[in-house]
Amino acid sequence: MVCNICGKNQATVHLTEIIDEQITELHLCEECAQKKGAQMESHFGLSDLLAGLADLGTQFNKTKTDIKLKCPKCGLTYEDFKKVGRLGCGECYTTFKEALVPLLKRIHGSTQHCGKSPKKIARIVKARNELEVLKEKLQKSIQKEDFEEAAKLRDKIREIEKKSNK
Amino acid sequence: MTLDDLLNNTGEWIRCTGPVSDIVMSSRVRLARNLANYPFAHWASKKEQEAILAAAKESTLSVKKLKNSMFVEIGKLDPIDKQFLVERHLMSKEHMIDAENKGLCVGQDEIISIMINEEDHLRIQVMKSGFNLKEAWQIIDDMDTELGNLLDFAYSVDFGYLTACPTNAGTGMRASVMLHLPSLVMTKQIGKVLQAITKLGLTARGLYGEGTEASGNFFQISNQVSLGHKEEDIIDNIERIIKQIVDHEQSARETLLLQNREALEDRIWRAYGTLKSAHIITSTETIDLLSLVRLGVDLGVIKQSDRALINELFVITQPAHLQKMERKKLGPNQRDVKRAEIIREKLG
Repeated sequence: MVCNICGKNQATVHLTEIIDEQITELHLCEECAQKKGAQMESHFGLSDLLAGLADLGTQFNKTKTDIKLKCPKCGLTYEDFKKVGRLGCGECYTTFKEALVPLLKRIHGSTQHCGKSPKKIARIVKARNELEVLKEKLQKSIQKEDFEEAAKLRDKIREIEKKSNK
Repeated sequence: MTLDDLLNNTGEWIRCTGPVSDIVMSSRVRLARNLANYPFAHWASKKEQEAILAAAKESTLSVKKLKNSMFVEIGKLDPIDKQFLVERHLMSKEHMIDAENKGLCVGQDEIISIMINEEDHLRIQVMKSGFNLKEAWQIIDDMDTELGNLLDFAYSVDFGYLTACPTNAGTGMRASVMLHLPSLVMTKQIGKVLQAITKLGLTARGLYGEGTEASGNFFQISNQVSLGHKEEDIIDNIERIIKQIVDHEQSARETLLLQNREALEDRIWRAYGTLKSAHIITSTETIDLLSLVRLGVDLGVIKQSDRALINELFVITQPAHLQKMERKKLGPNQRDVKRAEIIREKLG
Protein backbone atom coordinates (compact mmCIF):
# COMPACT_ATOMS: atom_id res chain seq x y z
CA MET A 1 0.00 0.00 0.00
CA VAL A 2 1.32 3.46 -0.87
CA CYS A 3 1.16 6.51 1.41
CA ASN A 4 -2.07 8.56 1.09
CA ILE A 5 -0.23 11.85 1.34
CA CYS A 6 2.91 11.61 -0.78
CA GLY A 7 1.72 8.71 -2.94
CA LYS A 8 5.32 7.49 -3.25
CA ASN A 9 6.53 5.59 -0.22
CA GLN A 10 5.23 2.40 1.33
CA ALA A 11 2.58 3.09 3.99
CA THR A 12 3.63 1.73 7.36
CA VAL A 13 1.50 3.84 9.72
CA HIS A 14 -2.27 3.41 9.81
CA LEU A 15 -4.38 6.09 11.42
CA THR A 16 -8.09 6.39 12.16
CA GLU A 17 -9.37 9.92 12.66
CA ILE A 18 -12.84 10.85 13.84
CA ILE A 19 -13.87 14.38 12.94
CA ASP A 20 -17.46 15.55 13.30
CA GLU A 21 -18.69 11.98 13.57
CA GLN A 22 -17.00 11.12 10.27
CA ILE A 23 -14.39 8.40 10.30
CA THR A 24 -11.45 8.66 7.94
CA GLU A 25 -8.68 6.13 7.63
CA LEU A 26 -5.22 7.21 6.66
CA HIS A 27 -2.34 5.06 5.52
CA LEU A 28 0.93 6.92 5.72
CA CYS A 29 4.65 6.47 5.23
CA GLU A 30 7.02 7.15 8.13
CA GLU A 31 7.91 10.64 6.89
CA CYS A 32 4.36 11.89 6.27
CA ALA A 33 3.18 10.33 9.54
CA GLN A 34 5.71 12.40 11.40
CA LYS A 35 4.44 15.59 9.75
CA LYS A 36 0.88 14.55 10.51
CA GLY A 37 1.94 13.84 14.08
CA ALA A 38 2.75 17.49 14.57
CA GLN A 39 -0.81 18.39 13.55
CA MET A 40 -2.23 15.73 15.80
CA GLU A 41 -0.67 17.10 18.95
CA SER A 42 -3.48 19.60 19.27
CA HIS A 43 -5.99 16.73 19.28
CA PHE A 44 -4.24 15.14 22.22
CA GLY A 45 -6.92 15.71 24.83
CA LEU A 46 -6.66 17.19 28.26
CA SER A 47 -7.98 14.02 29.83
CA ASP A 48 -5.04 12.00 28.43
CA LEU A 49 -2.67 14.50 29.92
CA LEU A 50 -4.46 14.52 33.23
CA ALA A 51 -4.62 10.75 33.37
CA GLY A 52 -0.86 10.75 32.94
CA LEU A 53 -0.44 13.36 35.62
CA ALA A 54 -2.62 11.42 38.01
CA ASP A 55 -0.21 8.56 37.68
CA LEU A 56 2.96 10.52 38.30
CA GLY A 57 4.61 11.88 41.38
CA THR A 58 1.65 11.64 43.71
CA GLN A 59 2.48 10.36 47.14
CA PHE A 60 -0.41 7.96 46.81
CA ASN A 61 0.81 4.58 47.99
CA LYS A 62 0.32 2.18 45.20
CA THR A 63 -0.43 -0.86 47.29
CA LYS A 64 -3.06 -3.18 45.94
CA THR A 65 -5.73 -1.94 48.30
CA ASP A 66 -5.21 1.66 47.24
CA ILE A 67 -5.49 0.87 43.56
CA LYS A 68 -8.64 -1.03 44.31
CA LEU A 69 -9.99 1.83 46.45
CA LYS A 70 -13.52 2.38 45.28
CA CYS A 71 -15.84 5.34 45.82
CA PRO A 72 -18.63 4.02 48.07
CA LYS A 73 -21.17 6.30 46.40
CA CYS A 74 -20.56 5.80 42.67
CA GLY A 75 -18.26 2.78 42.44
CA LEU A 76 -15.45 4.53 40.52
CA THR A 77 -11.95 3.23 41.27
CA TYR A 78 -8.75 5.28 41.11
CA GLU A 79 -7.75 3.10 38.16
CA ASP A 80 -10.92 4.24 36.37
CA PHE A 81 -10.01 7.86 37.05
CA LYS A 82 -6.54 7.33 35.66
CA LYS A 83 -8.04 5.85 32.52
CA VAL A 84 -10.66 8.52 31.76
CA GLY A 85 -9.25 11.55 33.61
CA ARG A 86 -12.64 12.25 35.14
CA LEU A 87 -14.08 11.53 38.55
CA GLY A 88 -17.38 9.73 39.12
CA CYS A 89 -19.19 11.96 41.60
CA GLY A 90 -18.70 14.64 44.24
CA GLU A 91 -17.98 12.01 46.87
CA CYS A 92 -14.90 10.88 44.86
CA TYR A 93 -13.16 14.04 46.06
CA THR A 94 -13.39 12.67 49.62
CA THR A 95 -12.65 9.05 48.70
CA PHE A 96 -9.51 9.88 46.72
CA LYS A 97 -8.56 12.96 48.72
CA GLU A 98 -5.08 11.66 49.49
CA ALA A 99 -4.28 11.33 45.79
CA LEU A 100 -6.22 14.35 44.61
CA VAL A 101 -4.63 16.90 46.92
CA PRO A 102 -1.17 16.69 45.28
CA LEU A 103 -2.83 16.60 41.85
CA LEU A 104 -4.90 19.73 42.55
CA LYS A 105 -1.81 21.42 43.95
CA ARG A 106 0.02 20.64 40.71
CA ILE A 107 -2.81 21.92 38.50
CA HIS A 108 -3.94 24.97 40.46
CA GLY A 109 -1.05 25.70 42.80
CA SER A 110 -3.57 25.56 45.62
CA THR A 111 -5.88 23.11 47.37
CA GLN A 112 -8.18 25.54 49.16
CA HIS A 113 -11.21 27.13 47.52
CA CYS A 114 -11.77 30.74 48.51
CA GLY A 115 -14.38 31.91 46.02
CA LYS A 116 -18.14 31.84 45.87
CA SER A 117 -20.22 29.25 47.72
CA PRO A 118 -23.89 28.31 47.34
CA LYS A 119 -26.10 30.37 49.67
CA LYS A 120 -27.39 27.23 51.37
CA ILE A 121 -23.85 26.10 52.19
CA ALA A 122 -22.77 29.61 53.15
CA ARG A 123 -25.53 29.62 55.78
CA ILE A 124 -24.42 26.24 57.18
CA VAL A 125 -20.77 27.31 57.27
CA LYS A 126 -21.70 30.57 58.96
CA ALA A 127 -23.75 28.75 61.59
CA ARG A 128 -20.91 26.29 62.16
CA ASN A 129 -18.41 29.10 62.66
CA GLU A 130 -20.79 30.90 64.97
CA LEU A 131 -21.18 27.74 67.07
CA GLU A 132 -17.44 27.29 67.37
CA VAL A 133 -17.01 30.84 68.65
CA LEU A 134 -19.82 30.40 71.17
CA LYS A 135 -18.46 27.06 72.42
CA GLU A 136 -15.06 28.65 72.95
CA LYS A 137 -16.65 31.49 74.92
CA LEU A 138 -18.59 28.93 76.97
CA GLN A 139 -15.38 27.09 77.92
CA LYS A 140 -13.77 30.37 78.98
CA SER A 141 -16.72 31.46 81.11
CA ILE A 142 -16.78 28.05 82.81
CA GLN A 143 -13.08 28.39 83.56
CA LYS A 144 -13.74 31.85 84.99
CA GLU A 145 -16.65 30.37 86.93
CA ASP A 146 -18.99 32.96 85.42
CA PHE A 147 -21.93 30.54 85.47
CA GLU A 148 -24.57 33.11 84.67
CA GLU A 149 -22.81 33.92 81.38
CA ALA A 150 -22.20 30.21 80.77
CA ALA A 151 -25.89 29.44 81.09
CA LYS A 152 -26.75 32.17 78.61
CA LEU A 153 -24.20 30.86 76.13
CA ARG A 154 -25.40 27.27 76.60
CA ASP A 155 -28.97 28.32 75.75
CA LYS A 156 -27.79 30.18 72.67
CA ILE A 157 -25.82 27.16 71.46
CA ARG A 158 -28.81 24.88 71.98
CA GLU A 159 -30.99 27.25 70.03
CA ILE A 160 -28.65 27.35 67.03
CA GLU A 161 -28.17 23.58 67.08
CA LYS A 162 -31.91 23.09 67.16
CA LYS A 163 -32.32 25.39 64.16
CA SER A 164 -29.61 23.75 62.08
CA ASN A 165 -30.97 20.27 62.81
CA LYS A 166 -34.32 21.19 61.33
CA MET B 1 -37.81 30.83 20.17
CA THR B 2 -36.74 28.12 17.70
CA LEU B 3 -33.57 27.27 15.79
CA ASP B 4 -34.94 29.13 12.77
CA ASP B 5 -35.40 32.24 14.89
CA LEU B 6 -31.72 32.06 15.73
CA LEU B 7 -30.88 31.83 12.04
CA ASN B 8 -32.84 34.98 11.26
CA ASN B 9 -31.28 37.00 14.09
CA THR B 10 -27.80 37.81 15.23
CA GLY B 11 -26.49 37.32 18.75
CA GLU B 12 -25.55 40.33 20.85
CA TRP B 13 -21.81 39.68 20.46
CA ILE B 14 -22.01 39.82 16.67
CA ARG B 15 -23.36 43.37 16.71
CA CYS B 16 -20.06 44.76 18.03
CA THR B 17 -21.65 47.11 20.54
CA GLY B 18 -19.28 46.38 23.41
CA PRO B 19 -16.08 48.20 24.44
CA VAL B 20 -12.83 47.74 22.44
CA SER B 21 -14.70 45.68 19.86
CA ASP B 22 -12.13 46.50 17.19
CA ILE B 23 -9.78 43.99 18.81
CA VAL B 24 -11.87 42.07 21.33
CA MET B 25 -14.68 40.17 19.61
CA SER B 26 -16.38 38.82 22.69
CA SER B 27 -16.01 38.12 26.41
CA ARG B 28 -17.29 34.90 27.90
CA VAL B 29 -17.60 33.45 31.39
CA ARG B 30 -18.66 29.89 32.04
CA LEU B 31 -19.39 28.04 35.27
CA ALA B 32 -19.34 24.27 35.76
CA ARG B 33 -21.93 22.96 38.23
CA ASN B 34 -23.06 19.48 39.25
CA LEU B 35 -26.04 18.20 41.19
CA ALA B 36 -24.93 16.75 44.51
CA ASN B 37 -27.18 13.69 44.42
CA TYR B 38 -26.11 12.21 41.10
CA PRO B 39 -22.91 10.80 39.60
CA PHE B 40 -21.18 13.08 37.09
CA ALA B 41 -22.69 12.91 33.60
CA HIS B 42 -20.19 10.48 32.01
CA TRP B 43 -20.48 8.08 34.98
CA ALA B 44 -24.28 8.28 35.38
CA SER B 45 -26.67 5.64 34.04
CA LYS B 46 -29.12 6.54 31.26
CA LYS B 47 -31.87 6.76 33.86
CA GLU B 48 -29.84 9.09 36.06
CA GLN B 49 -28.92 11.25 33.07
CA GLU B 50 -32.61 11.51 32.25
CA ALA B 51 -33.40 12.62 35.81
CA ILE B 52 -30.56 15.19 35.73
CA LEU B 53 -31.83 16.58 32.43
CA ALA B 54 -35.38 16.88 33.80
CA ALA B 55 -34.31 18.56 37.05
CA ALA B 56 -31.91 20.94 35.33
CA LYS B 57 -34.46 21.81 32.64
CA GLU B 58 -37.14 22.65 35.17
CA SER B 59 -34.83 24.89 37.20
CA THR B 60 -33.21 26.69 34.28
CA LEU B 61 -36.54 27.51 32.72
CA SER B 62 -37.74 29.07 35.98
CA VAL B 63 -34.77 31.48 36.18
CA LYS B 64 -35.90 35.08 35.63
CA LYS B 65 -33.42 35.85 32.87
CA LEU B 66 -34.34 32.69 31.00
CA LYS B 67 -38.03 33.33 30.56
CA ASN B 68 -38.81 33.04 26.83
CA SER B 69 -35.68 31.04 26.21
CA MET B 70 -35.26 28.11 23.86
CA PHE B 71 -34.75 24.58 25.16
CA VAL B 72 -33.64 21.75 22.91
CA GLU B 73 -32.75 18.13 23.51
CA ILE B 74 -29.57 17.59 21.52
CA GLY B 75 -30.33 13.92 20.89
CA LYS B 76 -33.42 14.89 18.93
CA LEU B 77 -31.58 17.24 16.55
CA ASP B 78 -30.19 16.29 13.15
CA PRO B 79 -26.42 16.64 12.59
CA ILE B 80 -26.73 19.98 10.74
CA ASP B 81 -28.65 21.58 13.61
CA LYS B 82 -26.08 20.37 16.13
CA GLN B 83 -23.23 21.77 14.04
CA PHE B 84 -25.22 25.00 13.66
CA LEU B 85 -25.30 25.49 17.44
CA VAL B 86 -21.56 24.87 17.70
CA GLU B 87 -20.89 27.39 14.93
CA ARG B 88 -22.82 29.99 16.92
CA HIS B 89 -20.66 29.29 20.00
CA LEU B 90 -23.75 28.24 21.95
CA MET B 91 -22.39 24.79 22.72
CA SER B 92 -19.17 22.80 22.53
CA LYS B 93 -18.18 20.24 19.92
CA GLU B 94 -18.11 17.66 22.69
CA HIS B 95 -21.82 18.26 23.29
CA MET B 96 -22.66 16.88 19.82
CA ILE B 97 -21.29 13.41 20.56
CA ASP B 98 -23.37 10.75 22.40
CA ALA B 99 -26.16 13.31 22.48
CA GLU B 100 -28.81 11.25 24.25
CA ASN B 101 -30.06 13.05 27.39
CA LYS B 102 -28.08 16.18 26.58
CA GLY B 103 -29.88 19.51 26.62
CA LEU B 104 -29.28 23.13 25.70
CA CYS B 105 -31.02 26.26 26.88
CA VAL B 106 -30.47 29.51 24.97
CA GLY B 107 -31.62 32.87 26.27
CA GLN B 108 -32.65 36.06 24.52
CA ASP B 109 -30.00 37.62 22.25
CA GLU B 110 -27.85 34.50 22.70
CA ILE B 111 -26.11 36.04 25.71
CA ILE B 112 -26.87 33.12 28.03
CA SER B 113 -26.64 29.45 27.19
CA ILE B 114 -26.67 26.41 29.43
CA MET B 115 -25.47 22.98 28.36
CA ILE B 116 -26.91 20.10 30.35
CA ASN B 117 -25.09 16.77 30.74
CA GLU B 118 -21.95 17.89 28.97
CA GLU B 119 -18.80 17.08 30.98
CA ASP B 120 -20.59 18.55 34.00
CA HIS B 121 -24.33 18.48 34.69
CA LEU B 122 -24.58 22.19 33.99
CA ARG B 123 -22.23 24.32 31.96
CA ILE B 124 -23.55 27.86 32.23
CA GLN B 125 -22.19 30.40 29.74
CA VAL B 126 -22.61 34.15 29.36
CA MET B 127 -21.19 35.85 26.29
CA LYS B 128 -21.05 39.62 25.80
CA SER B 129 -19.87 41.77 22.93
CA GLY B 130 -16.39 43.34 23.17
CA PHE B 131 -14.17 43.56 26.24
CA ASN B 132 -16.74 43.13 28.99
CA LEU B 133 -15.86 40.30 31.36
CA LYS B 134 -17.12 42.15 34.43
CA GLU B 135 -20.66 42.44 33.13
CA ALA B 136 -20.60 38.84 31.92
CA TRP B 137 -19.54 37.79 35.44
CA GLN B 138 -22.30 39.81 37.05
CA ILE B 139 -24.97 38.22 34.88
CA ILE B 140 -23.68 34.69 35.43
CA ASP B 141 -23.14 35.24 39.17
CA ASP B 142 -26.76 36.30 39.67
CA MET B 143 -28.08 33.44 37.61
CA ASP B 144 -25.89 30.89 39.41
CA THR B 145 -27.08 32.16 42.79
CA GLU B 146 -30.67 31.78 41.65
CA LEU B 147 -30.02 28.26 40.34
CA GLY B 148 -28.17 27.37 43.55
CA ASN B 149 -31.32 28.10 45.53
CA LEU B 150 -33.28 25.69 43.35
CA LEU B 151 -30.72 22.91 42.96
CA ASP B 152 -28.27 21.29 45.40
CA PHE B 153 -24.85 21.77 43.83
CA ALA B 154 -21.96 19.44 44.64
CA TYR B 155 -19.70 21.56 46.82
CA SER B 156 -17.04 21.08 49.45
CA VAL B 157 -15.65 23.68 51.81
CA ASP B 158 -12.09 22.69 50.79
CA PHE B 159 -12.39 22.14 47.04
CA GLY B 160 -15.32 24.43 46.23
CA TYR B 161 -17.65 23.41 43.39
CA LEU B 162 -16.90 19.79 42.53
CA THR B 163 -16.46 19.02 38.85
CA ALA B 164 -15.95 15.87 36.79
CA CYS B 165 -12.46 17.00 35.85
CA PRO B 166 -10.25 18.29 38.70
CA THR B 167 -8.93 21.02 36.36
CA ASN B 168 -12.26 22.84 36.80
CA ALA B 169 -12.76 22.37 40.55
CA GLY B 170 -13.05 25.33 42.93
CA THR B 171 -14.79 28.20 41.23
CA GLY B 172 -15.72 26.02 38.25
CA MET B 173 -15.08 29.17 36.28
CA ARG B 174 -13.41 29.74 32.96
CA ALA B 175 -13.33 33.34 31.76
CA SER B 176 -12.21 33.97 28.20
CA VAL B 177 -11.95 36.63 25.55
CA MET B 178 -11.83 36.20 21.78
CA LEU B 179 -9.15 38.43 20.35
CA HIS B 180 -8.51 39.42 16.73
CA LEU B 181 -4.75 39.96 16.46
CA PRO B 182 -3.83 40.24 12.77
CA SER B 183 -1.04 42.76 13.30
CA LEU B 184 0.71 40.75 15.97
CA VAL B 185 0.61 37.79 13.55
CA MET B 186 1.89 39.87 10.61
CA THR B 187 4.72 41.36 12.65
CA LYS B 188 5.53 37.87 13.98
CA GLN B 189 5.19 38.89 17.61
CA ILE B 190 2.31 36.54 18.36
CA GLY B 191 4.53 33.63 19.39
CA LYS B 192 6.14 35.69 22.10
CA VAL B 193 2.80 37.00 23.34
CA LEU B 194 1.30 33.53 23.57
CA GLN B 195 4.40 32.23 25.32
CA ALA B 196 4.25 35.04 27.85
CA ILE B 197 0.59 34.53 28.74
CA THR B 198 1.09 30.86 29.60
CA LYS B 199 3.62 31.96 32.18
CA LEU B 200 0.95 34.20 33.67
CA GLY B 201 -1.52 31.37 34.21
CA LEU B 202 -3.52 31.93 31.02
CA THR B 203 -3.94 29.72 27.99
CA ALA B 204 -4.68 30.38 24.30
CA ARG B 205 -6.95 28.33 22.09
CA GLY B 206 -8.52 28.53 18.63
CA LEU B 207 -11.95 29.71 17.56
CA TYR B 208 -13.97 26.83 18.99
CA GLY B 209 -12.19 26.22 22.27
CA GLU B 210 -10.24 23.20 23.41
CA GLY B 211 -8.34 21.33 20.73
CA THR B 212 -9.09 23.73 17.89
CA GLU B 213 -6.50 25.52 15.81
CA ALA B 214 -6.16 29.26 15.60
CA SER B 215 -7.51 30.56 12.29
CA GLY B 216 -8.27 33.97 10.87
CA ASN B 217 -5.92 35.48 13.47
CA PHE B 218 -8.43 34.76 16.23
CA PHE B 219 -7.22 33.67 19.64
CA GLN B 220 -9.32 32.67 22.61
CA ILE B 221 -7.52 33.42 25.83
CA SER B 222 -8.67 32.10 29.19
CA ASN B 223 -7.61 31.36 32.76
CA GLN B 224 -6.03 28.00 33.49
CA VAL B 225 -6.45 27.93 37.23
CA SER B 226 -9.88 27.70 38.85
CA LEU B 227 -9.04 26.81 42.47
CA GLY B 228 -7.50 29.01 45.15
CA HIS B 229 -8.52 32.44 43.86
CA LYS B 230 -11.72 34.46 44.09
CA GLU B 231 -13.72 34.75 40.88
CA GLU B 232 -13.32 38.53 40.80
CA ASP B 233 -9.54 38.22 41.18
CA ILE B 234 -9.29 35.72 38.32
CA ILE B 235 -11.25 38.09 36.08
CA ASP B 236 -9.19 41.05 37.20
CA ASN B 237 -5.98 39.22 36.32
CA ILE B 238 -7.21 38.31 32.82
CA GLU B 239 -8.44 41.84 32.19
CA ARG B 240 -5.09 43.31 33.07
CA ILE B 241 -3.20 40.97 30.77
CA ILE B 242 -5.68 41.36 27.92
CA LYS B 243 -5.37 45.14 28.16
CA GLN B 244 -1.65 44.80 27.53
CA ILE B 245 -2.18 42.49 24.55
CA VAL B 246 -4.72 44.96 23.13
CA ASP B 247 -2.15 47.76 23.49
CA HIS B 248 0.47 45.65 21.71
CA GLU B 249 -1.91 44.91 18.85
CA GLN B 250 -2.81 48.57 18.57
CA SER B 251 0.80 49.69 18.37
CA ALA B 252 1.60 46.91 15.88
CA ARG B 253 -1.25 48.25 13.72
CA GLU B 254 0.19 51.75 13.90
CA THR B 255 3.67 50.52 13.05
CA LEU B 256 2.38 48.59 10.04
CA LEU B 257 0.55 51.67 8.77
CA LEU B 258 3.58 53.86 9.29
CA GLN B 259 6.20 51.61 7.77
CA ASN B 260 4.27 49.62 5.24
CA ARG B 261 1.06 51.43 4.46
CA GLU B 262 0.89 50.63 0.74
CA ALA B 263 1.66 46.95 1.15
CA LEU B 264 -0.90 46.64 3.95
CA GLU B 265 -3.62 48.51 2.07
CA ASP B 266 -2.89 46.40 -0.98
CA ARG B 267 -3.43 43.19 0.98
CA ILE B 268 -6.63 44.53 2.51
CA TRP B 269 -8.12 45.71 -0.79
CA ARG B 270 -7.14 42.49 -2.56
CA ALA B 271 -8.92 40.53 0.16
CA TYR B 272 -11.99 42.73 -0.20
CA GLY B 273 -11.86 42.38 -3.98
CA THR B 274 -11.64 38.62 -3.84
CA LEU B 275 -14.57 38.36 -1.44
CA LYS B 276 -16.66 40.68 -3.60
CA SER B 277 -16.03 38.79 -6.81
CA ALA B 278 -15.30 35.15 -6.02
CA HIS B 279 -17.77 32.52 -7.28
CA ILE B 280 -16.24 29.61 -5.39
CA ILE B 281 -14.68 30.05 -1.96
CA THR B 282 -13.72 27.67 0.87
CA SER B 283 -14.37 28.43 4.54
CA THR B 284 -10.65 28.65 5.34
CA GLU B 285 -10.08 31.22 2.59
CA THR B 286 -13.16 33.13 3.73
CA ILE B 287 -11.94 33.38 7.32
CA ASP B 288 -8.48 34.54 6.26
CA LEU B 289 -9.84 37.19 3.88
CA LEU B 290 -12.53 38.40 6.28
CA SER B 291 -9.83 38.83 8.92
CA LEU B 292 -7.97 41.21 6.59
CA VAL B 293 -11.16 43.09 5.69
CA ARG B 294 -11.99 43.45 9.37
CA LEU B 295 -8.56 44.95 9.92
CA GLY B 296 -9.26 47.27 6.97
CA VAL B 297 -12.51 48.42 8.58
CA ASP B 298 -10.81 48.90 11.96
CA LEU B 299 -8.08 51.04 10.38
CA GLY B 300 -10.55 53.11 8.41
CA VAL B 301 -9.09 51.86 5.12
CA ILE B 302 -12.39 50.30 4.09
CA LYS B 303 -15.35 52.58 4.73
CA GLN B 304 -17.92 50.71 2.64
CA SER B 305 -18.47 48.05 5.28
CA ASP B 306 -18.85 47.78 9.03
CA ARG B 307 -17.65 45.43 11.74
CA ALA B 308 -21.08 44.02 12.52
CA LEU B 309 -21.51 42.93 8.89
CA ILE B 310 -18.06 41.31 8.83
CA ASN B 311 -18.83 39.50 12.09
CA GLU B 312 -22.11 38.29 10.65
CA LEU B 313 -20.29 36.98 7.58
CA PHE B 314 -17.87 35.03 9.79
CA VAL B 315 -20.85 33.26 11.32
CA ILE B 316 -23.23 32.72 8.42
CA THR B 317 -20.62 31.44 5.95
CA GLN B 318 -19.94 28.37 8.09
CA PRO B 319 -21.06 24.99 6.69
CA ALA B 320 -24.13 24.32 8.87
CA HIS B 321 -25.35 27.92 8.52
CA LEU B 322 -25.23 27.68 4.73
CA GLN B 323 -27.16 24.41 4.81
CA LYS B 324 -29.75 25.78 7.24
CA MET B 325 -30.29 28.79 4.97
CA GLU B 326 -30.70 26.55 1.91
CA ARG B 327 -32.84 24.13 3.94
CA LYS B 328 -31.00 21.13 2.49
CA LYS B 329 -27.80 19.17 2.75
CA LEU B 330 -25.02 20.61 0.59
CA GLY B 331 -21.74 18.91 -0.35
CA PRO B 332 -18.46 20.80 0.13
CA ASN B 333 -18.38 22.02 -3.52
CA GLN B 334 -21.97 23.23 -3.41
CA ARG B 335 -21.23 25.03 -0.13
CA ASP B 336 -18.26 26.85 -1.66
CA VAL B 337 -20.51 28.19 -4.42
CA LYS B 338 -23.31 29.17 -2.01
CA ARG B 339 -20.81 30.80 0.34
CA ALA B 340 -19.37 32.98 -2.43
CA GLU B 341 -22.90 33.94 -3.49
CA ILE B 342 -23.90 35.07 0.00
CA ILE B 343 -20.70 37.06 0.51
CA ARG B 344 -21.14 38.87 -2.84
CA GLU B 345 -24.73 39.64 -1.95
CA LYS B 346 -23.91 40.95 1.53
CA LEU B 347 -20.93 43.06 0.45
CA GLY B 348 -23.07 44.48 -2.32
